Amino acid sequence: MTAPVTPTLLYLENVTVSFDGFRALNALSLVIDHAEMRAIIGPNGAGKTTMMDVITGKTQPNEGTALFEGTHDLTALDETAIAELGIGRKFQTPTVFEMHTVEDNLLLALKNKRGPLATLFSRQANQERERIDALLERVRLTAQRHRRAGELSHGQKQWLEIGMLLAQEPKLLLIDEPAAGMTDQETADTADLLRDIAKSKAVIVVEHDMTFVRDLGVKVTCLHEGSVLAEGSLDAVSANERVVEVYLGR
Amino acid sequence: MRTQYLFDRQTVLVLSILAAAAILVPAMNGLVPPGSALHLSDHLVPLLGKYVCLALLALSVDLIWGFCGILSLGHGAFFALGGYAMGMYLMRQIGPRGAYADPILPDFMVFLNWKELPWFWHGFDWFPFAALMVLLVPGALALVFGWFAFRSRVTGVYFSIITQAMTFALMLAFFRNDMGLGGNNGLTDFKEVLGFPVQAGSTRVVLFVLSVLVLAGGYLLCRWVVGSTFGKVLVAVRDAESRTRFLGYRVEHYKLAVFTLSAMLAGVAGALYVPQVGIINPSEFAPANSIEVVIWVAVGGRGTLAGAILGALLVNAGKTWFTAALPEFWLFALGGLFVFVTLFMPRGILGAAGDLWERSSRRLRTRRSPQPFTQAAE
Repeated sequence: MTAPVTPTLLYLENVTVSFDGFRALNALSLVIDHAEMRAIIGPNGAGKTTMMDVITGKTQPNEGTALFEGTHDLTALDETAIAELGIGRKFQTPTVFEMHTVEDNLLLALKNKRGPLATLFSRQANQERERIDALLERVRLTAQRHRRAGELSHGQKQWLEIGMLLAQEPKLLLIDEPAAGMTDQETADTADLLRDIAKSKAVIVVEHDMTFVRDLGVKVTCLHEGSVLAEGSLDAVSANERVVEVYLGR
Repeated sequence: MRTQYLFDRQTVLVLSILAAAAILVPAMNGLVPPGSALHLSDHLVPLLGKYVCLALLALSVDLIWGFCGILSLGHGAFFALGGYAMGMYLMRQIGPRGAYADPILPDFMVFLNWKELPWFWHGFDWFPFAALMVLLVPGALALVFGWFAFRSRVTGVYFSIITQAMTFALMLAFFRNDMGLGGNNGLTDFKEVLGFPVQAGSTRVVLFVLSVLVLAGGYLLCRWVVGSTFGKVLVAVRDAESRTRFLGYRVEHYKLAVFTLSAMLAGVAGALYVPQVGIINPSEFAPANSIEVVIWVAVGGRGTLAGAILGALLVNAGKTWFTAALPEFWLFALGGLFVFVTLFMPRGILGAAGDLWERSSRRLRTRRSPQPFTQAAE
């Protein structure tokens, strides 16, 4: 393996994705450091989800560089390989395995061997049980442990999915609209949880809820038409003329 | 856990019923004197044995469709390939007793003026080799076919269509005399299996019992697979395939593994089927056969394993009765049954029964302790 090109955790440069001539990402550049939390804002169609698709291998960019830990070329890997590198993703609508219990959802997400033979002959170790106990505690689902994930409330599903992300022990978490559909209290709790996670891991949060973004208190990147419009503290970004014009509204 | 407990109950029930069948059928056939109301006549034994083999085929379809969401409409092909492997063994056992009395060549080859045995017929006179081929031929086809399909992420209805095409193509190929597998007529006129006369009542009873034991074994194998973490990944793939990918699972490897296992089970079912019905011909590859299997599973209850067995037995018993009593209405009845089950019992007989059981037991539980369920979601 070659020496790291860049010391940063995630490095996107000039990434362009076009669908039938429409540029979902237009020469986007973004750099995320180890254990940094970044909030991404921007109007619908700004390319937030496409950016996540590129980082997780769902979409191949037409041009540009996407490096993880300076050496791994994300554009050459598929979803599975990228997940194994340590990038976890939470979808906009909570996506959990509805027919499985809360406990099994976490069990499947736990960092473990992922091959068919390994899972066929695996036995649940005490260590895993303790990991699951701790995760359940952290996302406050201990009481729901044996319930089917499909029976959970919307907010609980969001938290379960965050729990599954943590179970993967990723280095970078991509979180798409975690506060959508949550009550004010749940939103505040989610911000607390994410701040806590960001102490040890890099986190990218896409969010529309400005109160929530303010709660996070981190550097903000505003996307527009597939590229970065403004970057900086929330106050600085919200003061930006263009941001006000295209996104926040007057 | 509640679900685990249910599974165990179901397993015990299935195994008890199969054990009872393995004891009662030989007893009613052999010990109860003919003329008694409880006597099972000789011609019914292979018929029941045939149902048991079809139940194993249904089980193999449920394993992939019910637990991994892979709707194969070509599983009859794996069944038929297993059947042909067994048929080739049985043909070689005929020896010089064929109509043309050729010590080596089966009748149809003599008829076609062939002078020597084609290369792929070698080894089939030895039972262990034939038994291995029963597993390997369907398994290898599933492995190659699945590798291309799953790797290219062919899913849903597209996958179903290409499995139909696969079985149809095989049917056309096997119809050709050049294939060296008996063409139109297939393989038949079997005399002996492992030295025992195929037609004899005692052989048929043994074949029946063997089929039941293999079905029980297949059921336990499937139960073990779906109960493992591997099985949980399968269900995860079924319900949220891309989520599973983003968790770092190689979905195509899982699909390939379970598809191949399922094809091998289907092959074993076909191999047990052939000596009991006495013939294997290309019509077993007919696309409609494979679709029928899916109906059995849907009727019994998809994703339950036991439901697949139940559905196969019920629908095939119905078919036997219908085709004797009202032959022209059978296809209407089958189609009507499928529509009825899809509309009114989407989870099949077992699913509907399970719902009923759960509702009544939940009512019982809430009566005893009203608090735990009220703090639920929302």
